Amino acid sequence: MKVLVAVKRVVDHNVRIRVRPDGSGVETNGVRMSMNPFCKHAVEAAVQLGEQGHADEIVIVSIGPKSANDVILTALAMGAHRGLLIETEAELETLAIAKLLAKVVEEEQPDLVLLGKQAVDDDSNHVGQMLAALTDRPQATFASEIKVTADGLEVTREVDWGREVVALPLPAIVTADLRLNTPRNAALPMVMKARSKPLAVRPAAEFGVDLAPRLIIEKVSPPAERATGRTVDSVEDLAAIIAADVSQMEAL
Amino acid sequence: MSVLLLADHDLGLLSPSTARLVNAVSQLGPVDLLVLGEGIDQVATEASKISGVSRVLVGQGAGYGGMLPDAVVSLLETLTVRYQYVAAGATAVGRDVMPRLAAKLDLMPITDVVAILDPSRFERPIYAGNAVQTVTSNQAKHLLTLRASAFRAAPLGNDAPIEPVESAATSAARVIAGHRTESDTPDLATAQIVVGGGVSVGSAEGFQLIQQLAQRLNAAVGATRAAVDAGYAPNDWQVGQTGKIIAPDLYIAVGISGALQHLAGIQGVKKIIAINTDAEAPLSKMADVVLLGDLFKTIPELIAELDRLGVKR
Repeated sequence: MKVLVAVKRVVDHNVRIRVRPDGSGVETNGVRMSMNPFCKHAVEAAVQLGEQGHADEIVIVSIGPKSANDVILTALAMGAHRGLLIETEAELETLAIAKLLAKVVEEEQPDLVLLGKQAVDDDSNHVGQMLAALTDRPQATFASEIKVTADGLEVTREVDWGREVVALPLPAIVTADLRLNTPRNAALPMVMKARSKPLAVRPAAEFGVDLAPRLIIEKVSPPAERATGRTVDSVEDLAAIIAADVSQMEAL
Repeated sequence: MSVLLLADHDLGLLSPSTARLVNAVSQLGPVDLLVLGEGIDQVATEASKISGVSRVLVGQGAGYGGMLPDAVVSLLETLTVRYQYVAAGATAVGRDVMPRLAAKLDLMPITDVVAILDPSRFERPIYAGNAVQTVTSNQAKHLLTLRASAFRAAPLGNDAPIEPVESAATSAARVIAGHRTESDTPDLATAQIVVGGGVSVGSAEGFQLIQQLAQRLNAAVGATRAAVDAGYAPNDWQVGQTGKIIAPDLYIAVGISGALQHLAGIQGVKKIIAINTDAEAPLSKMADVVLLGDLFKTIPELIAELDRLGVKR
């Protein structure tokens, strides 16, 4: 099968972010960027499908500025075959992203599209679901296990009450959760090899999609600060505090 | 302005989060509550009692049992025509369904809403709660998911009419198994008190101590991702960026150092009590009240002391 994996370049998840004082957003200049962690699980899942003999071609797509080439190269070093960067300087909304990806799906006709369940910058958790809608394909979000069967996939999903197993026919869209796998770190020879793999760059405008934002981000603020706390010396003192809190709680 | 809200329910019972969602969206207009599923007569009856609900619409059938997104979205697409707002909780179902519906309707959804500022302005956390976005939407229709934990519950005392909605639920996918975590403690996402444990709890047996304290306070049990990964607690107890977002009145964090990932899940907690040996741990520094000490000694003492004080929940 052919697998398409969409990856996003975001502020590295270990970086403690800083809200710009003017409220225009989160500072990204001079901040370490890397592949969104959930996307990395999606790439790893695709590479493992290749190693199991299920995937014969893995195509990576990312949407963003030229620097997003980095994350495509990371995915190629992990074992994907070729990459596509849809280049744009604009910060696109998830709907525009999904529309661009739908165009790529139309061109590439993958049997399976894998994505991270959400990006750790906007925390939207939209794109896989939107792409499934636009391409009229079944979706399985929050995947923690993917099994290839005779007639499609069996995907274990992490849901609020535990885990659920869903059977999906192909073609389908699956979004990755953290427990899906442990992404590999590509060894240096693979990193070198990735540079010789095909990586096409095409401007976003070429796809004929309306990319204009629908929402206005009025401002971005830091979360409310918490007041400083105090230390109690004994279990008795703590129990008294809890007892007082409990007695004052309004019933829901 | 009218609102269609997807009810949250499980095992034939209405989830306590639904009353919170009703309260949140009733400021936007009259609320029609949509209950989808199998064997949901009792859910519909409970739903009709929530103040602020105009009508309860019931879509009953095997096809909605698994809440498969393509089936749910095709029904929502036909119903949505009549509403300015379509809303759901930011649950596994809401997250699954609302973006899919949005793309079908060519709309940008606004998800994980924690505050409704006015009919077209909303607040939502980004970067794992380390920043808050204020979003304005001038679209013709607003599709929302809301974090139930950020809102108070609407009172009961209503008797809204219950009406069936006709539709055939069909999905390309099929649910073939479910693995449910058994627990007799309250729902983590909406509990008023949560007792959470970290890796320092040391084992699944150690977590029984956490559960005992939770039971004493009628609290839900939470766990850090590290504790879940270590196999001490089931995944659906996980609190954090990749787990559940909680906002109880009181959070008792036992042996939790406070990794960024965990802090992302507890931004909305009103009061934090930390029980830890490490005064320098991020969560100890952030807590309202800290007790320094070994959890294996302090928790049994605390349970005994709460017993002695006759604390009732």
